[in-house]
Amino acid sequence: MRFLPWTIYLTLAGALLALAGGRRSAGTARWIALLTAAGTWILTLAAATRFVPGPGLQTLVDLPWIPTMGVRYHLAVDGISLTLLVLTGLAATAGVLFSWNVEERTGEFFAFFLTLVAGVYGVFLSADALLFFVFYEIAIVPKYFLIAAWGSTNREYGAMKLALYSFAGSAMVLAGLLWVYSSGGAHGFSFGELTHAAANLSRPGQIVVFALVFFGFATLAGLFPLHTWAPTGHVAAPTGASMLLAGVVMKLGAYGCLRVALPLTPLGFAYWQTPIAWLAVTGIVYAGLVALMEQDLKFVIGYSSVSHMGFVMLGLAAANPRAVSGAVLQMFSHGVIAGLLFAVVGRMVYDRTHTRRLGDLRRMQLYRLLPFATTVFVVAGVASMGLPGFSGFPAELTILIGTWAAGPRWAAVAAVGVLVAAAFTLRAIQLGFFGSADQAAPADSAGHPDHAGLHLSAITWPEKVGALLLIGTTVLIGLKPDLLLDWINPALQSPLWHAVLNGGAP
Amino acid sequence: MTPDYAGLFSALLPEASLVLGALLVLGLDLTLYRRHSPAERLSLALWVGMLALVTAGFQIWRAEPGPVFGGELMLDHLATATRLGVVALTLLTFGITQDSPAPRQSAEYVAILLLAASGLLLMAAAQQLLLVFLALELASLSLYVLAGFDRTRPESAEAGLKYFLFGGMAAAFLLFGFSLVYGATGSVELPEIARQIAAQGSNPLLVVGLMMILVAFGFKVAAAPFHLWAPDVYQGAPAPSAALIASASKLAGFTLFVRLLWPGFSPAAGSVTWLNHGPGWFRAVAVLAGASLVLGNVAALAQTSLRRLLAYSAIAHAGALLLGVLAAGRAGPGPLFYYAFTYGLATVGAFGVIAVMETAGRCERITDLAGLHRRSPLLAGCLAVFILSLAGIPPLAGFFGKFAVFSAALQAGGIRGPAGGLAVLAIALSAVALYYYLIVLKQALVAGPAAGARPIRVPRVTTLALLTAAGLIVWFGVNPSALLSLF
Amino acid sequence: MSALPLLSLVIFVPWAGALLLACLPRLGASASRALALGFSLSTIAFALAALVTFDPAVTGYQLVEHHDWIRALNVHYHLGLDGLSLLLVLLTGLLSPLCLLASWRTVSDARFFGLLFLLLQGAALGVFLALDFFHWFIFWELSLVPAYFLIRLWGGPGAARAGYQFVIYTIGGSAFLLLGFAAIFAATGTLDFVELSGLGASGVLGSKLAALGGFWPKAVFLGVFLGFAVKVPLFPFHTWLPATYAEAPTGVSMFLTGVMSKMGVYGFLRVLWPLFPGPLHAAAGPLLWLALGGVVLGAFAAMQQTDVKRMIAYSSVNHLSYCLLALFAVSAATGTSRPVSEAAAAALSGTLLQVFNHGISAAALFYCAGVLESRTGGRRGLNDFGGVRSAAPDFAGLCGVALFASLGLPGLNGFVGEFLIFRGVWGLAAWAAAVACLGLFATAWFLLTFWQRVFHGPRAGAAAGPFADLSGLDFAVLGPLVALMFLLGVLPHLLTGLFNPLITSWANHLVLP
Repeated sequence: MRFLPWTIYLTLAGALLALAGGRRSAGTARWIALLTAAGTWILTLAAATRFVPGPGLQTLVDLPWIPTMGVRYHLAVDGISLTLLVLTGLAATAGVLFSWNVEERTGEFFAFFLTLVAGVYGVFLSADALLFFVFYEIAIVPKYFLIAAWGSTNREYGAMKLALYSFAGSAMVLAGLLWVYSSGGAHGFSFGELTHAAANLSRPGQIVVFALVFFGFATLAGLFPLHTWAPTGHVAAPTGASMLLAGVVMKLGAYGCLRVALPLTPLGFAYWQTPIAWLAVTGIVYAGLVALMEQDLKFVIGYSSVSHMGFVMLGLAAANPRAVSGAVLQMFSHGVIAGLLFAVVGRMVYDRTHTRRLGDLRRMQLYRLLPFATTVFVVAGVASMGLPGFSGFPAELTILIGTWAAGPRWAAVAAVGVLVAAAFTLRAIQLGFFGSADQAAPADSAGHPDHAGLHLSAITWPEKVGALLLIGTTVLIGLKPDLLLDWINPALQSPLWHAVLNGGAP
Repeated sequence: MTPDYAGLFSALLPEASLVLGALLVLGLDLTLYRRHSPAERLSLALWVGMLALVTAGFQIWRAEPGPVFGGELMLDHLATATRLGVVALTLLTFGITQDSPAPRQSAEYVAILLLAASGLLLMAAAQQLLLVFLALELASLSLYVLAGFDRTRPESAEAGLKYFLFGGMAAAFLLFGFSLVYGATGSVELPEIARQIAAQGSNPLLVVGLMMILVAFGFKVAAAPFHLWAPDVYQGAPAPSAALIASASKLAGFTLFVRLLWPGFSPAAGSVTWLNHGPGWFRAVAVLAGASLVLGNVAALAQTSLRRLLAYSAIAHAGALLLGVLAAGRAGPGPLFYYAFTYGLATVGAFGVIAVMETAGRCERITDLAGLHRRSPLLAGCLAVFILSLAGIPPLAGFFGKFAVFSAALQAGGIRGPAGGLAVLAIALSAVALYYYLIVLKQALVAGPAAGARPIRVPRVTTLALLTAAGLIVWFGVNPSALLSLF
Repeated sequence: MSALPLLSLVIFVPWAGALLLACLPRLGASASRALALGFSLSTIAFALAALVTFDPAVTGYQLVEHHDWIRALNVHYHLGLDGLSLLLVLLTGLLSPLCLLASWRTVSDARFFGLLFLLLQGAALGVFLALDFFHWFIFWELSLVPAYFLIRLWGGPGAARAGYQFVIYTIGGSAFLLLGFAAIFAATGTLDFVELSGLGASGVLGSKLAALGGFWPKAVFLGVFLGFAVKVPLFPFHTWLPATYAEAPTGVSMFLTGVMSKMGVYGFLRVLWPLFPGPLHAAAGPLLWLALGGVVLGAFAAMQQTDVKRMIAYSSVNHLSYCLLALFAVSAATGTSRPVSEAAAAALSGTLLQVFNHGISAAALFYCAGVLESRTGGRRGLNDFGGVRSAAPDFAGLCGVALFASLGLPGLNGFVGEFLIFRGVWGLAAWAAAVACLGLFATAWFLLTFWQRVFHGPRAGAAAGPFADLSGLDFAVLGPLVALMFLLGVLPHLLTGLFNPLITSWANHLVLP
């Protein structure tokens, strides 16, 4: 377990090596990146086998860093962060596999990619609020370059919007944390210390602080109406980056809400709980409705990510142990499923057909030309709908159970969201892969005349391996979610969350 | 009380080394190196100068701390740190001078650089008003000349003239302000002045004097609304001059400022919250800081010239540094020094990159950076480090500088105080700043090279200087205690 | 618990077959068909084996398999068999191979078709055997995926739209079903049907849900209700059905009407009624009207159709609404002082019989429609034919039997179920039985119209040209079905014997005193 911090260091080392290796050849850079990503994933899995679930954070490293300000280099792990660490490793490995075809400046691509991954590992391992913030910000710059240099539609605009929104969110968080630190008289930046200090603020002060910190993190999580950067940014990003961004980086925001914001001021949370829950369910339904109208397949997936993150935020807002454990499970599940969806749309389809418009794809009838991609997309789609048998179902079920106990109205609206998700996913499957929605396509007809000559390259081995990894994970967790719930549930019994998880009252 | 000339002499050894170095450079150039090529003469002058700087640095390190010559100079931690910082930044400036477009009179250039450095060293330690003025003028006059040194470009002459005119006026303000303060308190020694103000309370004479001093310093550090010289000077001056003006001069200037205000005029600081309407300079400095932050960041958005963008960003940083000055009352000068020094490192580095690019072609507009990642990965990587540090992205030093300053500001009176409110404003504006910094990096790291752009070869010494600057930024970022614990 | 996990085998052997087909991408058409048929037949084999050990007198669950699964959510892997589920497993086991045979010649890409069909079969069996919401819902929802693709890829011209509507409607209902069960779990901490039935009967579930206050307890009931109502379908949630049944290929239509619609009725009987006896009783009045709407309007709509498949589809709405009519009548009459258990037992018996018999007769009717289509290159309008009786007398004979069985002619299997339902409903809510008679008349009308227009009179339309009589394959499908129609018409106790004690216990325990 002590070796977990090596995930950060090894990934950073891998980034530098990939940069150097890229000078020699693209292949060298790719293999270095794959070995780094897979290696760190195996580290997280190894830690998972040794992990003893329990309340509270289990310290891995605790050294003084900036003594004058009481900041410590404190890395720790609990069941929730372990779940997300495993997700990061998986998403990183799959992301590398699906970026195997990057030819331009490959070394630099993987250097940025791995730096981003290292930042994410760091966030999940941090137990000191400033260290958390530092890793959180480290993740911002590589995102910009990955999108701006290797992206597609509207990439410069998408990259800038994503970077600025993330930074603005983190600026709000910094303002909130500093306020608590200075006005509350904290002696350090550990989570417990800050909670103590926050209790010294006046009631209006606590409310504003909570708003700053929570909504700052919620921007990155894609809470309605702070979500507008997400579809644009994820669509503009190259495949491996969108998998990582929608799959893991959005979870950084939700994790920040959970780890930092929620325990900080129970009083502030009690004030904001209802608006946050309503914003979350609005996001679920609104983003789903937009996805239903979208003409670009990748935008459909982008908005579906916002909709799914709405479930996560709903679970957090409901603030009882069941709902929050569902939210963490949904973070994991959606990380895998979003990865699959972006992988198919970006790598398997767009890189071959060079179009993502549903109107164009409909004429190509991809289920005949790319049967593997179609199967993977159907699996990913039904998983995304929350179909039982895949990881989305236990997550959504748990969130609904928990939310029902906190506010039945919210659960009812969320259930509508499930229906909308089914509608837009099925529409995407139909139009994107099965040809026109107006006629059935017999399985053996002679091929559409417009595309009789369309030849699409075969699916490569990295794509297959990546897809199988992700599908296997979602099925495994769908059928045996307590593999993760057994880590998450004990972690929620930490005294830090008692005030919040028992109804949100101080 | 016999004046302690021996102490004074040993305290001033660094300055003396630098002056001697300057004379040596001039002498050697006039005599031995007359017939060498300009590039060789520059190179040799620089080596001698660097030797002088290293000697000065060593002497600063070995100097005895404490008041000198009856309190005229104060070699406390702040002074020592600033002096070492100035030496380091000047060394880096020398490093990037090596292969800039060679000025025609290279030895004179180097000599004046050394004289400027010595003035800056003196500024860091001065604790008596006349000495302050002397040091300030020595440094400023050298810097005016350095700004206008490049006779091949009319912008340089414009820069020098503007700097001189503004600077001269500021010097007049400063002197007048000092004389008023002397009139009000009867002393030129800062500790004595502080006692007098505490005893007397405030009177109009003092207030006017203080305001004039503030104006002068506002000019010196390019705070709005006294910033008008900065864009033109940054744009026109030769790259090494601009580097020195932007880095070492700022560092020394702020050190001087903070020493004046806090130990010196602190009883006249006035209240630190909004509610109490007592008179004092605190509010005035806060206004300067706020104006600089807003104007600097907003104006930088519109720039298409790289140097002018750096100028406006310098104004914005000056605003943040003024915030550090305000916070120094509670938290000491540590955060301010850290921010100013690491800011200096980043700026020297940025101008170093500009210098290399100007030698290889032109670097006027931001778009001239296009494709830098292909033309020279080293320059692109170093530029990324410098720009990101300016933007305040961890784990680079720029972030911790901002963090230390902002948290100190918030502690100085809470969120309701002007300092706290400014800190929040600065945090918000940093998102704006990220935008224009990313625009620069987009050209350097994302955009493809322009047609006909050739690879850039970076000379060894400059490489070393750039890597040292970048390395120090990373090191101080990962390990901020290295500097913060000095205070 | 038996040593051999028979129920798990029932569910998973078809899935194993599907997996095998998936792993053999280059398998030829005839080998694929044979493999699919073989795996599909495994169900009836296992069902018969279960039948041997089944003891109808035991009203609890037999062949139970109960294992821990997800401790964090108190979920167990719980399968069990009682009279109701055995009936439905037998029906599924019987119909599935026949559906595959019905598609023997007419579908291309037999391997993929077989794969999807086996998935569908396994999922349907899972619905009938699972006793914990978690995996029950897995099977319930998973059945939609192969069904959608079967309709979409092999269906008629409007299949895309029909398939989309079908899935969205059903998932819509399921979303509320999910919400309802989330609320139930939040209130009780269990998702097990057996435990929840106990809580429902004792009133504990009702009081726990009532703790929420306001509209919410009713909302939970409505949510669960909606999930099943869409599936049956109950009027007015039936609008997805006609298009879907009409556009689906023959074999799939047979399965949809024969098995999948029964999943909805099963849900009402297994889940809604035991868990919510009180709310169901309270809502029974309006629900009776809805069921009557389905009966009457379904039959009258069928009368208007000229497309034979649509006609049979509407008639399915009508027939299934009888089952729900009986259930709602039983629920409505509880709590009154009159002795009701005899009428209730009759109604419930009728429901279960109707479930099985309608499966057989409707499947047979769809097959006949398929025969009409295949002989004429896709035409299946009422007015496209005439005098088929003279062209294909065997076909006319068998189809006639199926028509009359669907009509409810005494001596054929359809009669007993309908008779018992009417008898029961008459005893419980006489006015409803009277209104439902309208449906009987309308049914008779359109079925006889079908018989007359298509089979009688001079040969006309598509039957004017060559019209082959039944082939061996057609006999293989229709034969067993027609034989069962006769057998079960004369010896209904073959079925009732399986579930009579169960019905009696329902009538005694579930009917509120």
